[in-house]
Amino acid sequence: MNLKPATLSRIDEVITHYPVKRSAVLPLLHLIQEEQGYLSKDAIEWVATKLELAPINVLEVATFYPMFRMEPVGRRHIKVCRTLSCALRGGYQICAEFEKQFGIHRGQTTPDGEVTLDFVECLASCGSGPVVMINDDLHEHVDAARAVALADQIKAEAKARN
Amino acid sequence: MPHPLERRVLFRHVDEPGYTPDLDCYLRNGGYETLKKAVTRAPADLIEEVKKSGLRGRGGAGFPTGVKWSLVDRKSGKPIYLIVNCDESEPGTFKDRYLVHQDPHQLIEGIMITCFANNVKQAYIYIRGEFPHGARILEKAIAEARAKNFVGPNILGTGYSCEIYVHRGAGAYICGEETGLIESIEGKRPYPRIKPPFFPAVLGLYQCPTIVNNVETLCHVRHIVEMGGEAYAKVGTPNNSGTRLIGVSGLVQRPGYYEIESGKITLGQLLHDICGGPLPGRTFKAIIPGGSSAKILRWGETFKIKQKDGSTVEWSVADIPMDFDSFAACGTMGGSGGVIVMDDSVSMVEALANVIAFYAHESCGQCTPCREGSQWIKKITARMVHGEARTEDAPLLKSIADQICGRTVCPMGESSAWPTQSYVAKFQDEFTQYEQIKKTRPAGAPKLI
Repeated sequence: MNLKPATLSRIDEVITHYPVKRSAVLPLLHLIQEEQGYLSKDAIEWVATKLELAPINVLEVATFYPMFRMEPVGRRHIKVCRTLSCALRGGYQICAEFEKQFGIHRGQTTPDGEVTLDFVECLASCGSGPVVMINDDLHEHVDAARAVALADQIKAEAKARN
Repeated sequence: MPHPLERRVLFRHVDEPGYTPDLDCYLRNGGYETLKKAVTRAPADLIEEVKKSGLRGRGGAGFPTGVKWSLVDRKSGKPIYLIVNCDESEPGTFKDRYLVHQDPHQLIEGIMITCFANNVKQAYIYIRGEFPHGARILEKAIAEARAKNFVGPNILGTGYSCEIYVHRGAGAYICGEETGLIESIEGKRPYPRIKPPFFPAVLGLYQCPTIVNNVETLCHVRHIVEMGGEAYAKVGTPNNSGTRLIGVSGLVQRPGYYEIESGKITLGQLLHDICGGPLPGRTFKAIIPGGSSAKILRWGETFKIKQKDGSTVEWSVADIPMDFDSFAACGTMGGSGGVIVMDDSVSMVEALANVIAFYAHESCGQCTPCREGSQWIKKITARMVHGEARTEDAPLLKSIADQICGRTVCPMGESSAWPTQSYVAKFQDEFTQYEQIKKTRPAGAPKLI
């Protein structure tokens, strides 16, 4: 486990927020996932040692919460809201449009590792649906044209990098 | 501009041009003046103000906040914790998002007044993982408030100290349930705890007395202490005091977030006057009044309501006043204020299939009736949608839902059961003749599953 000094100092600081070390499991998993992109077996064991827990106590938490990933995802993680309010406004069509744009099904990553596409449950922005989160950013009122524009932007950025 | 039927108190600065979430802007608008006055008063007086206000919790259950505070075990000698429930995960609910992103200091002032009133030395804001920017905004706001001595040690020179930390969730709906949330802060899988004995007021976080309040509730506290409990109680209607944040989503002209006086407008005024009515060429069919776990209302059904003077009135769905008690009288709930609108293009079988896919995904798996029952309902509705509806499906769905209700540790069992029971009962034809009715739906019907 090679974590950046800044991450390590944030980890040490966040542990002080709680009277019981175990409470820092979620914050530590978030910090490590933010740096490494996913949670490896090493990461689980490192957190367990750090918080004086059995590895299973960390693994059972990491595998319960949908936002924690045990495998790497694409550079861009597109999360389309599937739940009722967004679906009423066309969420399923938007997801299909992203599938078409990137040539993958939801739940998959493009072969170049640029994009992972997922359906997720309610993102709490029901009044501006359909909504899509791309990494940390929320996009509202996403219709088919907007989905194409977002996909074009991602493709252009990937091309500029390679 | 707010609609004339609105009354904006909590949302008064939301979407206001030039209003920013930083401390300077909040101070320019009279921020923290209420806290400064509150810390000079006796804590018991502040609790009394909240009791007098009649404030009911805005997370969904509508439990009186002042009563919740007075149930806290103050004799145990253990520390008392405040947990701010910002998990906002009931589908259809999206009010706290704007309070957190646009006016975070209003929330922090409400938190600090609540902590002072209840002798809380440590508060945690549990914010859903899908609000990463919201978590950063709150952390920045807390740091700003700490620098001005509104949070932290020896607040405003009173000798009273209190810290607030932000704790991020990671995408699990069950963490909105208060005891599941507590388990989550303890670093565990968020399996809800059984009550009794684990009432948070007595055995909450780290087995210490704990208050769990919704974000909106705590913002109201700030205004109650500013206005005085009696003055606040005059806003809204008796037993349903104050304003309410309402989120409208789905098939309506102007979905969005609104603030109204509780009980002063009807569901019909909300949907027609504020939200502009149904989409062109469509008619309303069904309304979920308070988050997707609430029992559905069929547009066109009527309710015979007994009034206090003994007389009876008949309400249509449009006549129902927007408050906790009126929705309860109509057999459903105002819940979290999340109104989801469906029109005649929607198949209720497909709507149920969508809703139950959510609850089946989010069941924590602790209780068999919820874990298995939600999966069975999901499989049956999915099979129906895929062309294999059977005549016995409607009674089968009802039977499964009936066997979940009341047999789980937390109310999430009902979240699967109530939609199923109400959709099947109120739209029986659609469940018995799904294939035929499917052919008659207007063009442009949304794909829901």
